[in-house]
Amino acid sequence: MKVDQLSIFLENRAGRLAEVTRILSEAGVNIRALSLADTSDFGILRLIVSDFDKAKEHLKAGGFTVGRTTVVAVEVPDKPGGLHSILDMLREAKVNVEYMYAFVNQSGSHAIIIFRFDRTDQAIELLQKNNIPIVPGEKLYKM
Amino acid sequence: MIFDVENETLPREELEKLQLRRLQDLVARVYENVPFYRKKLDERGVKPEHIQSLSDVSLLPFTEKQDLRNHYPFGLFAVSRENIVRIHSSSGTTGKATVVGYTRRDIKNWGQMVARCLAAAGAHSGDFVHNAYGYGLFTGGLGVHYGAEELGATVIPISGGGTRRQAMLLRDFGATVLTCTPSYALHLYEAAKEMGIDIKELPVRIGIFGAEPWTDSMRNEIENKLGITAIDIYGLSEIMGPGVAIECAKVKKGLHIQEDHFLAEIIDPETGEPKKPGEVGELVFTTLTKEGIPLLRYRTRDLSRLNTAPCRCGRTTARMERVTGRSDDMLIIRGVNVFPSQIESILLETEGLAPHYQLIVTRAGNLDNMEVRVEVDEAAFSDQIKNLQRLESKIEKNIKEFLGVTAKCKLVEPKGIERSEGKAKRIIDMRKEQA
Repeated sequence: MKVDQLSIFLENRAGRLAEVTRILSEAGVNIRALSLADTSDFGILRLIVSDFDKAKEHLKAGGFTVGRTTVVAVEVPDKPGGLHSILDMLREAKVNVEYMYAFVNQSGSHAIIIFRFDRTDQAIELLQKNNIPIVPGEKLYKM
Repeated sequence: MIFDVENETLPREELEKLQLRRLQDLVARVYENVPFYRKKLDERGVKPEHIQSLSDVSLLPFTEKQDLRNHYPFGLFAVSRENIVRIHSSSGTTGKATVVGYTRRDIKNWGQMVARCLAAAGAHSGDFVHNAYGYGLFTGGLGVHYGAEELGATVIPISGGGTRRQAMLLRDFGATVLTCTPSYALHLYEAAKEMGIDIKELPVRIGIFGAEPWTDSMRNEIENKLGITAIDIYGLSEIMGPGVAIECAKVKKGLHIQEDHFLAEIIDPETGEPKKPGEVGELVFTTLTKEGIPLLRYRTRDLSRLNTAPCRCGRTTARMERVTGRSDDMLIIRGVNVFPSQIESILLETEGLAPHYQLIVTRAGNLDNMEVRVEVDEAAFSDQIKNLQRLESKIEKNIKEFLGVTAKCKLVEPKGIERSEGKAKRIIDMRKEQA
């Protein structure tokens, strides 16, 4: 039920992001979803990719500091209130969202939201109990 | 004016006789009371009675800053703790600080030496001293304070910081002498100007500046902007604190060493051999009169040379040239001594950090700024911004706490630090290029 996310440390200067995409492109790795968090000095690039191990290996060889983070991909109905009902459920259970980012699936009726929870296992249990569709990593990597 | 005519104008021959007598007494004292020195002297087969002339000083062992650290805190003191009336200390992580102690007589001697310095700079009793050296464990503040009182001047113990308040009090009280680091003098000038205060228009006429290296062009800038005579003072806590040597306002060519209290040598920093008279080398001091923590041949790592020619001011004491550099990697940041090794140990003690770092020192306006760049490896990395920012502020806090200096920490990518021939370049000091 979990998804491996690649987290990459980037200095905040021109060309660093392009260096990541160059390495992934040359390695033949596809990016499924991404989010970039930034401060004045540095940024953290978070990626879901088609091949985690390959991407990590090439980025490390390219001199980047790379981490593995466990996140959860949730299917959210693409309509008003779709996200709110999920967040409300998490709030009641006191599960904290560290960060999240979304991407719209080509198939149409659902958005996929990547969540980083403070308590991942508890969050998954809660989502399953409430019949919220979770996208397994294997499926997401191949989308 | 010469504060202590008798001791500052001794004919060289008499001065050297006095130095020899005091050196013999010193070696006997440390042999008797400091196990570290007894062991060192025994290893060399040197007994106190072997010191028959001043050149016999070369029989004595050197003392390094590391020796003080190894005997942290009080291991090199030559008297019992009850006879120590004050402690000072340099910055440093635990076990890395150097601690010095003063007896009642040491404090008295020090005050007299600083009084001589203030007089040499042109100050006299009745003057009004705005003392902006830091008070506390650092020797600067209290060192100047006691000297100013000994001279009979009025002291404003304002200490460091609070620059706008300093400018206001400098104007309101009408101090005539300013004591601080040279860079702070310029900073104070700028801050005062912004408040509509022109220091040039104030009664202050002398500035006594030390604790960091400065150049003649900086002196010219200070003298022109503040409308004062700027004098260089030299000292280091291991030897005593400020007042080991002072420029005379009359000639301003070299700093007169208090030779009745300190025996100065210039050595080759590589071989330890004495340099020929007039040659540049590392300054080494032996504390002839100090009781609390007397030191034999203390290696200052400061590069200078000595001039024993008589000075037009009337003093007969040798003059050391303004310190031109160092034979080690010590940095002076806003008057605080910082060794890269101290930063390194702070990083190592901060969870999960590899010791891949670089120190970038710049001067913005007139103040030094230090940036510590640290490479983020997998162990320290997090996918969350808040964790990395917490790491940055933890490093900044530890540096401030242990070294007493403000630094900005910046996380960088691995190998983001410039390496020359495989060896990381640890220090980039851009202050000289900017000056």
